[in-house]
Amino acid sequence: MSPVVGKPVNRVDGPDKVTGTGRYCGEIVLPGLAYGLIVGAAVANGRVVSIDETAARAAGGVFGIMTHRNTPKVANQPRLIPSLAGQPAPGESFFPMQDDVVHYWGQPVALVVADSEEAAAHAAALLDITYEPGVPVATIADGRASATQAKTLFGGLMPATDERGDVEGALAAAEVTVDATYHFAANHHNPLETSVTTAQWDGDRVTLWDSTMGVRASQLTVASLLGIPLSDVRVITHFVGGGFGSKAMVWPHVTLAAMAARHVGRPVRLALTRPQSFTSNGHREEQEQRITLGAGRDGRLTAIRHRKLSVTSPFDDWAEPATGVSTQIYGCDNYLGDHQLIHGNTMTPTFTRAPGESLGSFTLETAMDRLAYELGMDPIELRIMNHPPVDNHGNPWSSDGMADCLRRGADLFGWAGRDPTPGTRQEGNDLIGTGVAGAGYPVAFMMPVQHARARIFHDGSVVIQTSAQEFGIGVTTSMSQVGADGLGVDMDVLRFEAGDTDLPNTTSAVGSMGATMQSSAVHNAATTLRNDLIAHAVNDGKSPLHGLSPSSVKVADGRMTSTLDPSIGESYADLLQRNRLLDMEALGSWTPPGMDTPHGLLTFGAQFAEVAVDKDLGLVRVRRMTGVFAPGRVLNPKLARSQLLGGMLWGLGQALLEGNQIDRQSGRWALNNLGEYLVPVHADIPDIQVDFVEVEDDVVGPLGVKGVGEVGQVGAAAAIANAVFHATGRRMNELPMTAEVVMNGGGPG
Amino acid sequence: MAINQSTAPAETGLRGPRGEPVTLDVNGATYAIELEPRVSLLDALRDHLDMTGTKKGCDQGTCGACTVWMDGRRVLSCLTLAYSCEGHQIATIEGIAQDGELHPMQQAFIDHDAFQCGYCTPGQIMSAIALLREGNATTDADIAEHMSGNICRCQAYPNIHAAIREVRDADDGG
Amino acid sequence: MTMRPITFFRAGSIDEAVAAVSSHPDSAFLAGGTTEIDLLRLNVVQPTLLVDVNDLPLTYLEDVDDGGVRIGAMARMSDVARAPRIVERYPGMSQALLLGASEQLRNMASMGGNMCQRTRCSYFRDGQSPCNKREPGSGCSALTGINRGHAVLGTSEQCIATHPSDVAVALVALDAMIRTIGPDGTNAIPIERFFLRPADTPSIEHPLAHGELIVAIDVPALPVARTSRYVKHRDRASYEFALVSVFSAMRVDDAGNVAELRLALGGVGTVPWRAHRAEEALIGRPATPENFAAAADAEFADARTTPMNEFMVTFAKRAIVRELSEVTS
Repeated sequence: MSPVVGKPVNRVDGPDKVTGTGRYCGEIVLPGLAYGLIVGAAVANGRVVSIDETAARAAGGVFGIMTHRNTPKVANQPRLIPSLAGQPAPGESFFPMQDDVVHYWGQPVALVVADSEEAAAHAAALLDITYEPGVPVATIADGRASATQAKTLFGGLMPATDERGDVEGALAAAEVTVDATYHFAANHHNPLETSVTTAQWDGDRVTLWDSTMGVRASQLTVASLLGIPLSDVRVITHFVGGGFGSKAMVWPHVTLAAMAARHVGRPVRLALTRPQSFTSNGHREEQEQRITLGAGRDGRLTAIRHRKLSVTSPFDDWAEPATGVSTQIYGCDNYLGDHQLIHGNTMTPTFTRAPGESLGSFTLETAMDRLAYELGMDPIELRIMNHPPVDNHGNPWSSDGMADCLRRGADLFGWAGRDPTPGTRQEGNDLIGTGVAGAGYPVAFMMPVQHARARIFHDGSVVIQTSAQEFGIGVTTSMSQVGADGLGVDMDVLRFEAGDTDLPNTTSAVGSMGATMQSSAVHNAATTLRNDLIAHAVNDGKSPLHGLSPSSVKVADGRMTSTLDPSIGESYADLLQRNRLLDMEALGSWTPPGMDTPHGLLTFGAQFAEVAVDKDLGLVRVRRMTGVFAPGRVLNPKLARSQLLGGMLWGLGQALLEGNQIDRQSGRWALNNLGEYLVPVHADIPDIQVDFVEVEDDVVGPLGVKGVGEVGQVGAAAAIANAVFHATGRRMNELPMTAEVVMNGGGPG
Repeated sequence: MAINQSTAPAETGLRGPRGEPVTLDVNGATYAIELEPRVSLLDALRDHLDMTGTKKGCDQGTCGACTVWMDGRRVLSCLTLAYSCEGHQIATIEGIAQDGELHPMQQAFIDHDAFQCGYCTPGQIMSAIALLREGNATTDADIAEHMSGNICRCQAYPNIHAAIREVRDADDGG
Repeated sequence: MTMRPITFFRAGSIDEAVAAVSSHPDSAFLAGGTTEIDLLRLNVVQPTLLVDVNDLPLTYLEDVDDGGVRIGAMARMSDVARAPRIVERYPGMSQALLLGASEQLRNMASMGGNMCQRTRCSYFRDGQSPCNKREPGSGCSALTGINRGHAVLGTSEQCIATHPSDVAVALVALDAMIRTIGPDGTNAIPIERFFLRPADTPSIEHPLAHGELIVAIDVPALPVARTSRYVKHRDRASYEFALVSVFSAMRVDDAGNVAELRLALGGVGTVPWRAHRAEEALIGRPATPENFAAAADAEFADARTTPMNEFMVTFAKRAIVRELSEVTS
């Protein structure tokens, strides 16, 4: 039925990437291009007292300097709404350089534009800025006393508390309880391409080449902040060097680039430096989580209490929601999840790959492992026994697969026969252990109607368009596959065009929703055009297909034929040429189900890991990982595998390497480069395998596609921590699990 | 202490700080451009020669995205001044495919899906080809260790390893 | 973040290089650039004249003194690491070189430049925080700051910045000699005197005059070094500075006593750390794990720690005991 969807097709943008010819947003050649550089505040709390520009202006090559004294006021106060919602999506409800107040270290206080990158950097260093510093509060340790209960999360779209049953009563009555507290260091996305925006004005209209995960979000946000019509803002994004959430929201530099270009009357490229990327595009916030499980001796969960405390900015109630999975992946009548916030001197945190679920699941899945040991049960059987057929509202899953993922993973990994006793396997100086975790990631239908256009020319060649952007997710390839199958043409005659707000609307590809949204719209556009072409043929007296019922016409390789007699038919090109139609096109749209659809909506998976822990030095190395996932229909297994594998290795980094903390004296992030903020390198990579469990889903769109962008990370760190326990007998209560954490017994507990 | 340039042997050879003509040999072609001495090879390639295949990931020598070859050896162009490259042969990703035909390593990267966003990819490929030439790819551990200067945040590492193994084994005639 | 205007001079001879730098107060030599360009861009160092010494004929390795090796200052780390005479005579030095940085950086970085590598202390590198090394008298932010990776040996009230080099650890164990040519002529500096502890002047890291150029590193003939080893422990499996590294060259006599020992540590000191106390504690004593542990205790008896880096002492002691035990067995 489907000739290319589901096939492991190579990336169609591969040649552009391996030859270096693909143009990223900081590589656009424009005449007269100027180079902008943000100057970040050197205090984390306080006020700008003075800015002396004399030396900077004298340095040569400077076209303009913007500070709070001359930066235009934004037309609308930014409001924090996730970009998936299809509205203006500033990363924080604060816009810098509007007054002299400094809320966080690195907050933009000036912007220098010059004729070269070097000149801008030199002039920026010569700006003489004095501050009236206040005492920063930016850590849990310093702000704990000021913590307050959050009311809503995600810009008001999610309640911060989730309660049902009588959790305290159930815990008091539980035959077995597990109680654990965790501390998680902050994470930074660090895509290899830092965020960059190139802005060019033409009269009242501005074009932005913006490294974004959503061209529409950039357009909506910039138009709102500048107070100009959407039709005057065009955003183009053909290649993006990774996002991972850092480019999901639209941060101040995007609008500042447009302002700067207007200020100097030239096109401006504004790129974040690597150190600036630690203070300019959000982060995964420092957080503490506590979980208490109650269960019967038979293993049935009777109570889950899951609380989170984290640091947000002075102006936003942001927390990545920790309890979205713990409230539903295992059935439990008595539940309490809540979020407490400390408003401190940081920028607003943001989505970071598997936002909420990666750490929320770490807490839940390591607690489940503790429970399995308490009960003397196999951790896989404990999970399967507690995984319900319905979600926390009693709605059936749109599709499940969790138990199958655990079982298939156990087979692939070689779980059977595992001696659960901790600390029993040693090889040389290494203690060896294995661990498992469940995984789930929500399918979030909060986006508006999605659009795509399919257009065929009279020579049979095809263009499929949506405004989607390619940041490594493979959308260019998978949508070419979907379009080709929908229209019934070979992929070779089809070009997928995207990354431009002039094209039909799709929402930001975030929250693992990109493939679902885009494939649904593209599929509908392509099949609509196919149906239109068939209708044209059967109504065309000169067509060999004249008079047939449309349902008795099939299409393959651009040729319509009778299902009864394949010798009767004609190509799309013949039809169009005979009728002197230069082209035909169709707009496809897809309206997502409401958030209140009566279905449980999660993508499920299972994670397995084997670790070697240096018995004296506490250094953990992962030797093997296995992940099995049930993401509905897999459009391209080669690309889906890559994304899931990437997520799993992000989990490895989160487990062992990645963590940042704020210096309490200055309020500055301690680590601000890739030499010290450690992400995995080639040598960290274990043997790793990814497999799929097929589940059919007719709720999540016409093709039944759930996302693969984030679920690969969920549970990966937990499986590693559970393996460390198996190896050492020590429970890990802190991430990352660095040598001293392991040596000292696992952290605060 | 006063600068006494009149006694400095360097007097005639001092260049800059303003832009001056520089001759760079990139991918076998000679380019005469005007640069200030403070311009890195990376910025010279990207902003002055419009060769943007070499990527800027950190500008600090910590990611490997800017890897090019100088006289056949892989180096980081972000920590190399363009002026220091005069008289040396620079090779970048733009010179790897010949007559429109991909280098086997480029094709292997595509076949093994050894990238996602593609931003680290030119650097990975420049390193990977050099790795085989250096003879540092005998074992999987060798490949992993000697590629570790090239960070891939998408974590395509297992696929990069597969691509390198394939090209290595084909080179061996196996 | 800056890239200040600079004047550039490519030296054609050592004399020319020395004259160019010594005649200009804000000048610096430019070798591989892996530290210099990075810190220039961060505005941590502020030369206005860079004298490129990459063309100087200093890339040689040659034999000296019946089995010693003279390494030209511009020899690249990757070449030195794989030079047969280094691999055979000083395998631990070869290992130290190969475990440093990445292949790209090793292809760039020169041996002389490596001797002048600067600390990775984030307060030094940020160009803004109080830092006595960068701005004498401004204070040390690391003492009470984020100091997990900071030094526990050789520290002072003024500075706890860790020395980052790997190969320098091997060279202090091997009693190398740093040879220089400066405005006042040639000089030879024993390597342990080349690396100055911070004491009251953390900004002065080496006894080099302005314009004094490292031209060679002499490594003496040392039979025990033929079995030397370098082990590097770190969070990440590669491309990271050491948490703790151990260079060892040991000979145990027929009676089982330590006859010769050269032991040095990376990652724990404000300078590449020669473990003299541990050496003294072991030489002439039985090579047993108990004695190794006692020697490690002796070495760290004066360690000065913070709550964040106190684990380093235990970590380093265990690393020493393990390394010496493995060498013995």
